[in-house]
Amino acid sequence: MNRNPLRYAAPTAAALVLALSLSACGASNESDSSDGASTGAAKVTGTLNAGGSTAQQAAVAAWTKAFQTTNSGVTVNYDPVGSGGGREQFIAGGLQVAGSDAALTDDELAKAKTKCKSDVVEVPTYVSPIAVIFNVKGVDKLNLSPKTLGGIFQGTITTWNDAAIKADNPDATLPATKITAVHRSDDSGTTQNFTDYLDQTSEGAWTGKAVQTWPVKGGEGAEGTSGVVAAVKGGDGTIGYADESQAGDLGKASIKVGSDFTAPTAAAASKVLDASEQVSGRAATDIAITVNRKVTDSAVYPIVLVSYQIACQKYDDKAQAALVKAWLTYVTSADGQQVAASSAGSAPLSSAFVTKAQTAVATIAGA
Amino acid sequence: MTTTLSRPVDVFDELRGAQLPSWGPRAVFGLAVVVGVGTYFLGLGVFRSVVLAWFICLSVPLWSLAIEGKRKATDRLVTTLVTSAFGLALLPLISILWIVISKGSKVLSTEFFTYSMRNVVGPGGGIYHALIGTLLITGAASVMSIPIGLFTSIYLVEYGQQNRLARWIRFLVDVMTGIPSIVAGLFAYALFALIFGDGIRLGIGGSVALSVLMIPVVVRSCEEMLKLVPNELREASYALGVPKWRTVAKVVLPTALAGIVTGITLAIARVIGETAPLLIIAGTTDSVNMDLFKDRMATLPVFAYSSISSPGFPPGPSIDRAWGAALVLLIIVMLLNLIARLVSYFFSPKGER
Amino acid sequence: MSTTQATRKAPPVRPGDRVFAGLSTGAGILILVILAGVGIFLTAKGIPGILAKPDEVKSGQHFLPWVWPLVYGTLIAATIALLIAVPVAIGVALFISHYAPRRLGQIFGYLIDLLAAVPSVVYGLWGIQFLAPHMVPFYAWLNKHLSFIPFFGEPSATGRTILTACIVLAVMILPIMTAICREIFLQTPRLHEEAALALGATKWEMARLAIFPYARSGIVSAAMLGLGRALGETLAVAMVLSVTAGEVTANLIGSSNPSTIAANIALNFKESTGLSVNALIASGLVLFIITFLVNFAARALVERRSEFSGAN
Repeated sequence: MNRNPLRYAAPTAAALVLALSLSACGASNESDSSDGASTGAAKVTGTLNAGGSTAQQAAVAAWTKAFQTTNSGVTVNYDPVGSGGGREQFIAGGLQVAGSDAALTDDELAKAKTKCKSDVVEVPTYVSPIAVIFNVKGVDKLNLSPKTLGGIFQGTITTWNDAAIKADNPDATLPATKITAVHRSDDSGTTQNFTDYLDQTSEGAWTGKAVQTWPVKGGEGAEGTSGVVAAVKGGDGTIGYADESQAGDLGKASIKVGSDFTAPTAAAASKVLDASEQVSGRAATDIAITVNRKVTDSAVYPIVLVSYQIACQKYDDKAQAALVKAWLTYVTSADGQQVAASSAGSAPLSSAFVTKAQTAVATIAGA
Repeated sequence: MTTTLSRPVDVFDELRGAQLPSWGPRAVFGLAVVVGVGTYFLGLGVFRSVVLAWFICLSVPLWSLAIEGKRKATDRLVTTLVTSAFGLALLPLISILWIVISKGSKVLSTEFFTYSMRNVVGPGGGIYHALIGTLLITGAASVMSIPIGLFTSIYLVEYGQQNRLARWIRFLVDVMTGIPSIVAGLFAYALFALIFGDGIRLGIGGSVALSVLMIPVVVRSCEEMLKLVPNELREASYALGVPKWRTVAKVVLPTALAGIVTGITLAIARVIGETAPLLIIAGTTDSVNMDLFKDRMATLPVFAYSSISSPGFPPGPSIDRAWGAALVLLIIVMLLNLIARLVSYFFSPKGER
Repeated sequence: MSTTQATRKAPPVRPGDRVFAGLSTGAGILILVILAGVGIFLTAKGIPGILAKPDEVKSGQHFLPWVWPLVYGTLIAATIALLIAVPVAIGVALFISHYAPRRLGQIFGYLIDLLAAVPSVVYGLWGIQFLAPHMVPFYAWLNKHLSFIPFFGEPSATGRTILTACIVLAVMILPIMTAICREIFLQTPRLHEEAALALGATKWEMARLAIFPYARSGIVSAAMLGLGRALGETLAVAMVLSVTAGEVTANLIGSSNPSTIAANIALNFKESTGLSVNALIASGLVLFIITFLVNFAARALVERRSEFSGAN
């Protein structure tokens, strides 16, 4: 056996590297000092544990950045566990704020009220238009009526030159390519909202009801928004649905609303909330919305995902209440909505809704 | 006499029978490359040109069958097949490596290594938090798995040998190598959820999940290496009156050190890129978390996954960061491998190959 | 060894020996405990999911009819991946260990070791962005000429089929299998190899006579490790494969494919609550049992055969 000096050098070096990497605590962009501009409104401090909807993740990241910058003593943790998990953990008390692509069900609401020992504050925070994206050689503009759309995703319309599609696009030259309809293979709020739209408007062409898990056999499944986009991009004759902001350079179909065809834009999408009704029989602070998919005003784009943030109205801890209140106040403010629009591609809430949401949030208080 | 001398005997021919000229296979291979490249430029698809070139290569064994006979032809056929298996495997591997390096190297910068994602939206930001998380979680997994794995393999080779318990352990370790990573993640989740309640996310949970995956690999490779240590060494040590445990610690382990280190490196490489179990139990966060026993911890694979699955708008910078994270993982494993090779190079008592 | 009847020959048992033996045995037993732990925890969490009524879980089905297509998809995907990967891995390992020039072999071996650490997301992206679109014409060709075989039915337009997933899986399990096979091939006793060559064996005959018998159990181990990865690979399959719930089909190149257990867990875990989570964990238990059975079978096979092989 050779007595090599390296025998001792190597472990020492390894230990050194480890020590170095561990002693360099904290990333360069993370400072725990709470100095900075200390002027301005009363600051909140503490840790806000939120979680839920993955759809809101990008928007929450933008809000967190702005919120943590103005309130340097705050840490916001948002855990994208999914809407169902977010609601469940909120009810179990693990999260102070839940993000969810669907409002609480009556059953969940009752449980949440028991947990909070007060009413629940539920405000829409994130509205995103869902675009119908397609990739068909030689077609760059596409108009679709809800009935045709339902038929395509149901699997009853199978080729691009089908009479129904032709009727919607009298001027386009449509190839005889087979239609490959791409849907989300994971459970998602996007699917829930898309199928809800089809269920209400397709005049029976869609039979799958409004569900989270894609209900119809056939077609093609893809994981996540990025998976759907990649699958649509990768094939010819493909069509799918995805958040408008992620569609990239793919073609986006205009959907028939009323008598005209509307393209998926943030502006058109944000109008849908104003045209919709609140779920009746709930507390004033619970702004759960039944999205009106059957609007006839063609300035409105009805295929949208509405995502909420849910909080208690009363918290035992005053500081906690102040933090949640400050957070939701910022998120639902015109500023907050604009930040989300520019970094997550969402549709900002209309000013009427901002006022409504802010009123609800203002009721949050310490017990 | 004179007649035989006048006709010189080809000794090689007498001994080995007829042979292909030594340039033969190389010439055919060259021809195949030329034809492949030629037809590709003439407009035949990549796939077809490759197949065509491959068929030309197959003519070597046929040629050999005609001249050298069946055994040699089989040998040449196998050589062709083994080489083409290698080529076949290399194609996707190189293409993946190339994609990771070319896309990942774009984002590498000081900022990328020293910043976390806290308060970062759009371009910029870095992987410091994920890097720390990966090092801590994998490190803790190694701290748990290496002693357990090493001692188990010592038990199997030095103590248990062929008894009932050793046979069972050996079998169950093999079963354990087959545990799917997601099952390991679910196990860790179930374990910690039982202790701390549902929805728990902990860095140490990730280490436990990774240990479940890592231990069997460590046991298998250490066992193989310990078995290779010649019995003469052990017996010589016993003959000098050295107790068994000192024999194992001072004779057997150092002799097998190089192989053990390689095995452990391989085991680490196998778990460091695991995504699914960490997604379930360690979760993800934007900030640095140094505490394995508290809160969520970001890791490089999970960071890459979540950067791709919810990239924000515009998606570009986030996806670039994902590739960067993948490249950094590769670099870590490369360094580990390098260390392992250096260890085997310097510390092996003797090397046959 | 007992101390009471210690003769002159037997070394005295020292405390160090006791401790060391205890540690080693303890580590071995700990492994059994961990494995039992995996089984027990999965069972404890899974049983409510198995017993759940159809209206209590999201799938709206009893456990068995729900899990059966997933088992089918898992087995199909892993089997085909293994069929592709094992011969290639053995070939590559043999090339590196015995055919390639030594220095070159080391470099290639190093490259392949690196790939063991590429996260599955990258394989997934590679599959969906690079491999799948390139497979489309090939699938169309298969369907056109070989459609009488039930494996090659109506082809997919995006190439995101179970066969593509199998290829991605095969590529993913290749590095680790190759690494293990290579190590074992390199350990073949030199004397065995040289003896074979000295008797006039060609290189291939040498491999068959000296390397393979010696390496058989190692190759099986490598295959089992690969199978474990293939059975349990999650994200890459989830990203590449176009799944349809409850599908059971022989068509390997269509756009409706059965999901695999692992991919299904990844796709649904996030949005599941209550008993649906238990059902997912129960499907994980099923996966665990499958790997257990497969390993059991493989072990039994190797043990029986090694009795006849002189090399071990």
